[in-house]
Amino acid sequence: MIRRIVRFLDQRTGTAPLLKKSLRYLFPDHWSFLLGEVALYCFVLLVLTGIYLTFFFDDSVAQMTYHGSYRPLDGSTVSHAYASVLHISFDVKAGLLIRQTHHWAANVFVAAIVLHVLRVFFTGAFRKPRDLTYLLGLGMLMLALLEGYAGYSLADDLLSGMGLAIGYSVAMSIPFVGANLANLIWDGPFPGSSSFWPRLFIAHVLVLPVLIGGLLAAHLVLVASRHHTQFKRSARESERHVVGIPAFPGQAPRSIGLMFWVFAVLFLLGGLVQINPVWLWGPYHVGDGTNGAQPDWYLGWLIGALRLVPGFDLTIGHYTLVPNPFWGGALFPGVVFGILILWPWLERKVTGDDAFHNLLERPRDNPWRTAIGVAILTWVFLIFVSGSADRVDVLFGIDYATQIWVYRVAIWVVPLIALFVTKRVCDELVAGERRR
Amino acid sequence: MTKLRDWLIAAGVLLLGRGSPPAPRESRPRIVAPGEPDRRAENIVLFLFVLATIAAAAFIAVYALDRLSHQTQWLGLAIGGAFALLALAGTVIAHRLVVTEELVEPYPEDSPDAQDEIVQIVEESGSRFTRKRLVTVVGAGALGTIGAALLAPAASLGPLLHTGELYRTTWRRGRRLVDEGGTPFSADAIEEGTFYTAYPEGADRELVGSPIVVVRLPPAEIRDRKDWAPRGIVAYSKICTHAGCAVALYRKPTFAAVQPRPALVCPCHYSTFDPAAGGAVLFGPAGRPLPQLPLEIDRAGNLRASGTFSGPVGPSWWGVRMGKARS
Repeated sequence: MIRRIVRFLDQRTGTAPLLKKSLRYLFPDHWSFLLGEVALYCFVLLVLTGIYLTFFFDDSVAQMTYHGSYRPLDGSTVSHAYASVLHISFDVKAGLLIRQTHHWAANVFVAAIVLHVLRVFFTGAFRKPRDLTYLLGLGMLMLALLEGYAGYSLADDLLSGMGLAIGYSVAMSIPFVGANLANLIWDGPFPGSSSFWPRLFIAHVLVLPVLIGGLLAAHLVLVASRHHTQFKRSARESERHVVGIPAFPGQAPRSIGLMFWVFAVLFLLGGLVQINPVWLWGPYHVGDGTNGAQPDWYLGWLIGALRLVPGFDLTIGHYTLVPNPFWGGALFPGVVFGILILWPWLERKVTGDDAFHNLLERPRDNPWRTAIGVAILTWVFLIFVSGSADRVDVLFGIDYATQIWVYRVAIWVVPLIALFVTKRVCDELVAGERRR
Repeated sequence: MTKLRDWLIAAGVLLLGRGSPPAPRESRPRIVAPGEPDRRAENIVLFLFVLATIAAAAFIAVYALDRLSHQTQWLGLAIGGAFALLALAGTVIAHRLVVTEELVEPYPEDSPDAQDEIVQIVEESGSRFTRKRLVTVVGAGALGTIGAALLAPAASLGPLLHTGELYRTTWRRGRRLVDEGGTPFSADAIEEGTFYTAYPEGADRELVGSPIVVVRLPPAEIRDRKDWAPRGIVAYSKICTHAGCAVALYRKPTFAAVQPRPALVCPCHYSTFDPAAGGAVLFGPAGRPLPQLPLEIDRAGNLRASGTFSGPVGPSWWGVRMGKARS
């Protein structure tokens, strides 16, 4: 039977040699190499659950009076988009399961990509010949952030409306062209014309996923063409020889097993742990707001940055050069991604190391990279945490304004301390190994 | 009965029998390294597959049931459980039933010869051109212009150059303040210590220039634009000048002696505005005051706008200080 299938395929496609090679493609073994796979399987589940949701979602913000099965909102003025999300949640069988699983998968997707990028950064896996692979990965991370934002904005609940208002303000704040750009995207002043919602929808279900899928394919092709990196665990691993488990039969059950683990966790979360109960937030209207508004976790760093900037617009006479949201909402992520994108070239320039690298470094093996990376991570993480200062105020009674002032200082001081502590720890670890 | 017995025997043989391995077709050397059979692991995998089948079937059953309480939770448990069991089976197969041999193979390298040949092909292909640079520049110009031509229709997406709408509000002199239900606000109904959301009567509420917040302060405390605040009632745009959220919080001191004075606060980034001082920024990231709406009280005792906002409403852009709010 197997022989017949293989012969059928090979005679028509000529792929037997390639297939044979892929079956014996070698996967070096380390748990951290699976983070990218977790992201991949999240993406698969996102596409599948997302397709199901599009069968019920209505991308119109035309207003209607709600008379659906969620009684507390009976009679309120809502958009068709919001009403269709309530319909999915309460009337479509298994709809809430799929919707919540989709949302959880998005959160885990971005988390897996972030951890994957950190692994790649701190082990030097981005070095030649994989710098291009690394850039494709960063491109996917940026697209994933946009995709997630577009996704939770679509529901047109109170939180999504507030999120869009902030996104609009950040677009408006871009020097020289902000208002024109925002006018173009929203088709007029916020909340925009009725064309805006179909644009958001098509961006979320077609443009961005196709871009992510394209980058993903290119990313995987490049990974396979240069082979995986590996840690030096024995005399067998070297810059010229890869040691690993063949794709079949060794790696396949591990990888498929991991996929099922990811699906299992996401469906269990989707079924058992409530996420984004839009019926509690209510519909969005321009004049409505609520306290304690928090976005999905992966936008927390931007909320923190927007909140920390002191209150000023940079002006020249009557011309407003830099409206305030630009600093936290556009410049800050621009700087973080700029550093990440340029890092392979910066490092090559500073160290003069232009060689091929197939062997990974442990973080301690490259103390300066690790120290600078930890410092930047600390900077971003503190800004992320500052985004929850309002919750800390409510829960623990620590004054909000005081916290903000502490953060405004701490985000510059603590990363410096982290830099030197990390450098020292790396050096000590290496020295300790030498002594042994 | 006989049939059932036959089935049971067959199942028993399948489960317990050793199953003879198929004879090797040709005597070729093995590619995959050999390993010992592990019947216990095999039994565990079979058992997990059966359980996964049951869990998946349970999903279908729960789905088919109507009026089940906690249906979402049961569905999640069933399908998540089915996947978890499959995942466990995969893990057992990976660790106990397939050989995990580690092999060595050389890393792929680049191909300098092919690189040289590509360069050579490209260079030789242009040998009939005499003015290569000119052709390249003019050709690139043509392609670039076509690219720009294809992008030009993107300007139809919105009013690219018409930013004048950003100054527009729905408030003008004489417009009555109404609540969410459309009832006019009487000045007597406005109390101190809380805040009210109002909309312009008969205008679109879903515009940034429409919603306002109304608060009442002791008239003596009002420091700016006293004539805009009849009986101490002041009104401001409800849209934060920082990032466009609704200013939905009112900070009211519960013990005025030690606590900061009343303020309007935006819940998104905690920009804090002073209602007694023309909406000046007290704290937070907002770069300009909250636009104030001048009020008057008509003969019926209802609140009306006596003009339009002190400045453009909503988040800042390059032109926010270059024009006035207009209705």
